[in-house]
Amino acid sequence: MTKVIEVPFSLDDQSFEQIFEALAPLPPDEKILIDARRTRWASPYGLTALLTLAQTRLQKPTLAIPELDDTATYWARTQFFHFAADLYEINGKIPRARSTEDLDVLLPLTPVAKTEDIHGVVDKIQNKAQAMLIGTLHLEPSATMRFTMALSEICQNVIEHAGRGGWVAVHSYRWQKRLGRRVVVIAVCDAGIGFRQSLESAHGPRATDRWDDGMALEETVMRGASRYRDPGRGQGLAGVRKFIHDWTGKFSVRSGTARIAIVPEWDSDVPMREDLPFFPGAQVQITVPERIVP
Amino acid sequence: MINRIDVSSVLRTTVSSLYSNLVTRPTGAAVRLGIEHQLDEIGDRALAILDFSHVRLLDFSCADEIVAKLLLQYVSLDMQRREVYFLFYGMSESHMDAIETVLQRHSLALVTQLADGNPCLLGVIDDDQRRIWETMRQLGSADPSEVAVSAGISADHAERALQDLWRRRLVIREENGYVALCGPPSGVRADALAATDHSSSKMS
Repeated sequence: MTKVIEVPFSLDDQSFEQIFEALAPLPPDEKILIDARRTRWASPYGLTALLTLAQTRLQKPTLAIPELDDTATYWARTQFFHFAADLYEINGKIPRARSTEDLDVLLPLTPVAKTEDIHGVVDKIQNKAQAMLIGTLHLEPSATMRFTMALSEICQNVIEHAGRGGWVAVHSYRWQKRLGRRVVVIAVCDAGIGFRQSLESAHGPRATDRWDDGMALEETVMRGASRYRDPGRGQGLAGVRKFIHDWTGKFSVRSGTARIAIVPEWDSDVPMREDLPFFPGAQVQITVPERIVP
Repeated sequence: MINRIDVSSVLRTTVSSLYSNLVTRPTGAAVRLGIEHQLDEIGDRALAILDFSHVRLLDFSCADEIVAKLLLQYVSLDMQRREVYFLFYGMSESHMDAIETVLQRHSLALVTQLADGNPCLLGVIDDDQRRIWETMRQLGSADPSEVAVSAGISADHAERALQDLWRRRLVIREENGYVALCGPPSGVRADALAATDHSSSKMS
């Protein structure tokens, strides 16, 4: 029997928790149908996480694509169906993918599995990021390089720690509901071993009553711990944190059963959520808001 | 010997001719090996000008692999390979962000030549050492007693501070004293030192 999991109307990092919740109790070999027919919008996090979800299933899941033509066409333009076609049995007619040049897609869905992929991502995004960050978000010119550095470091985490490839996407949109301003959002998701297991692979489980996904995230994201003994490791996420602070941006990492976030004043999220439904790997999101020009 | 090493050129020859960004650890490690290979060819005593002018992006991982690990090999007391001094050139604000972060992590310092030709210290260095380094920069070359007079400190103090700065390869030690690590001699800018990569000239 196929288990149906309904995709929320608006799919982002918050609403994706409904999917994780529905998925968590299911054995990996149970057939599932991801029903996105009524979905109207998806953030880059939503799209990258949908791809990684399929990677966790032993039996190829089915995806019912959005009924609304605008939504399905947008997903096609982000290259979602290009990768989903290999991971899902697609239910519905996939619109023809057109160029993303006219869209605020700074980086369409792109696989991250090897070092060369990161060079490709960085090369691809630089010019578009410059136009978006300076021209539209009114950030200072140096923001482009720092933004790209952050993107590079987050992608490297997948290659160095996940043990399997993931996906990255960078989109810009107006975040009316929560912020009333335009944002650029980076999402990098994988279904690999996650932060806790990565640390344990070198150091073993910590000798403490509270060694769990939440603590592993605190150690790595906030304190720069790494499974490598090289003291130079762990600087990437520290650098990302610094830039996020400078831009009053938001940075969140979900791994296993926990989610840690650096929350700016404009958002009401909590810094740490624990006891979430388990999902393997790491799901990272960076949100950079438009700067209000006085 | 003074050698200019175009880091972007090393990237293209050691990793890929298509790349212009220094990102990822494997890329940084390959570039560092390429630089070390060039250093192996220039003798036991040299000033290497690492030119970042044509590098677009340098991320933290690459900065750690190239800058920090290169410096660690040449400023560590336990494993000094040769007497090699580094002058960093052509660094943008974002390069400096990444480099400053890794220098802090490893308690390292370096000298960079800014676009206006002036040298600047980056990284971890205490106020006393910075003051002596600034004095040396103004004097150009001097023995410890001259530095002591200029800085208003004792000769012993100046000697110890200069020794520390030399150990960290932030000043050059000569037979008769010390020389500021301020770029090529006679006020020549690092980018004017050579039209081609890996060029060399006499150090002193």
